Amino acid sequence: MNVPDNLRYAKSHEWLAADGKVGITDHAQGELSDVVFVDLPKIGRKLKAGETAAVVESVKAASDIYAPASGEVVAVNDQLGENSGLVNTDPYGDGWMFQLKLDEPAEENGLVDAAGYRAQIG
Amino acid sequence: MSDLKRTPLHSAHVALGGKMVPFGGWDMPVSYATGILTEHRAVRNAAGVFDISHMGQFFVRNAGAKAWLNSVFSNQLDKIGPGQSQYGFLLNERGGVIDDLIIYQFGDEQFLVVVNAAKIDEDLAWLQQHLAPGVKLENLSDECAALALQGPKAEAIYRDFFGAGAEPPARLGVQVLERNGSSFYVARTGYTGEDGFEFFFPAGSAESVLRELLEVGKPHGLIPAGLGARDSLRLEVCYPLNGSDLSPERTPLEAALSIFCALDKEFIGVEALRAQKAAGVKERQAALKMTEKGPPPRSHYPVFQGDTQVGELTSGGLSPCLECGIGLAYLPVELTKPGTALSIDIRGKRYAAVVEKKPLYKKA
Repeated sequence: MNVPDNLRYAKSHEWLAADGKVGITDHAQGELSDVVFVDLPKIGRKLKAGETAAVVESVKAASDIYAPASGEVVAVNDQLGENSGLVNTDPYGDGWMFQLKLDEPAEENGLVDAAGYRAQIG
Repeated sequence: MSDLKRTPLHSAHVALGGKMVPFGGWDMPVSYATGILTEHRAVRNAAGVFDISHMGQFFVRNAGAKAWLNSVFSNQLDKIGPGQSQYGFLLNERGGVIDDLIIYQFGDEQFLVVVNAAKIDEDLAWLQQHLAPGVKLENLSDECAALALQGPKAEAIYRDFFGAGAEPPARLGVQVLERNGSSFYVARTGYTGEDGFEFFFPAGSAESVLRELLEVGKPHGLIPAGLGARDSLRLEVCYPLNGSDLSPERTPLEAALSIFCALDKEFIGVEALRAQKAAGVKERQAALKMTEKGPPPRSHYPVFQGDTQVGELTSGGLSPCLECGIGLAYLPVELTKPGTALSIDIRGKRYAAVVEKKPLYKKA
């Protein structure tokens, strides 16, 4: 299972990069399997840590994606509109979902490092 | 979760990478490592094999068996003979659907009745309550394994599996074959809209049969397929799912399945159907197709005409072949005409949809 060391992770399987980008983990995309639609937040929306930010739809189910930290949405990945499968094929790269400008001081939703997340998913 | 029932193929599913989910009281694979979309396309383009051992198998025999079945079954069994099958319903006195099922006839008074997994106990109790003297009704659901081999390559795989000279039954036909000392009840039926077969055979040989079938079918592109693909395949061709699209509160006339009801014979529920037909059906099930890109529609999503809610989806999903959202809904009959513009409410936002003729997917 791919869990990059340079990211931080929420218990609900989102990752947060140093530049504020957010996506879901390789483990999460595997559990969801074929992602067919992603409902992204609007640019400018202010999110609180743990708040529902997006919805990922697989063939069988809709899953909420939570903001791993509080901040303002400054960019969304428009590529997912045409090609939501990027969430499956490149969850840490082209499959990113939205980018946050994190609040100061940072308010986080109980994030752990790669080792902590690996332990969580066993 | 420990109260979920397991089919004889449970460990085979896990070994094949099956993602196990609860379905109708059973722990079943929703998909394998390949994913629902790949499995769906395999069945449309080559072949897929589904474990359907969770479904119920009743054997009915002895003098009077046919006449009795005909008195509890909505379709006209007199139209079939040994080696044939028929789809129809068990109805309650109000004409509501208890279950939809296929009856396979072997001898003059020998039948296999295949029912939905979640309805085995209820169907059995209903049938026993109405059983005619002398007719033998046996529930062999636990002793039977069942596989559905579906797709355009199903016949080629069938011939390789049963060996040269094993002539497959005609469409909707059924026959009994001996293989390695076991009886195989082989029917040319299915739930995908593709050509294919359903095999019913002793549970003890389930794992070896699946293994051999996958081996023989591999050169033809056969892969195991789960309930997710089974659901998207059947929805594309608008086959109803009992418990979602059919219910004790809805009649087959409302479900637009009146061709499987012989109103000129006597059976439980027929009087309610005749009365409903005479009075006119107020709501009928229709197929919808989304005309703009959006999230996949799902069951219970509200359906609107303008700003008025006119129904809700009983089934919904993304059609892998049509590449758009599709669904079924009971709607006022005046809104069931193909071309009627409606919308589906998904998390508070309405997406355009149109009523379409069934089936939504037709082979090119």
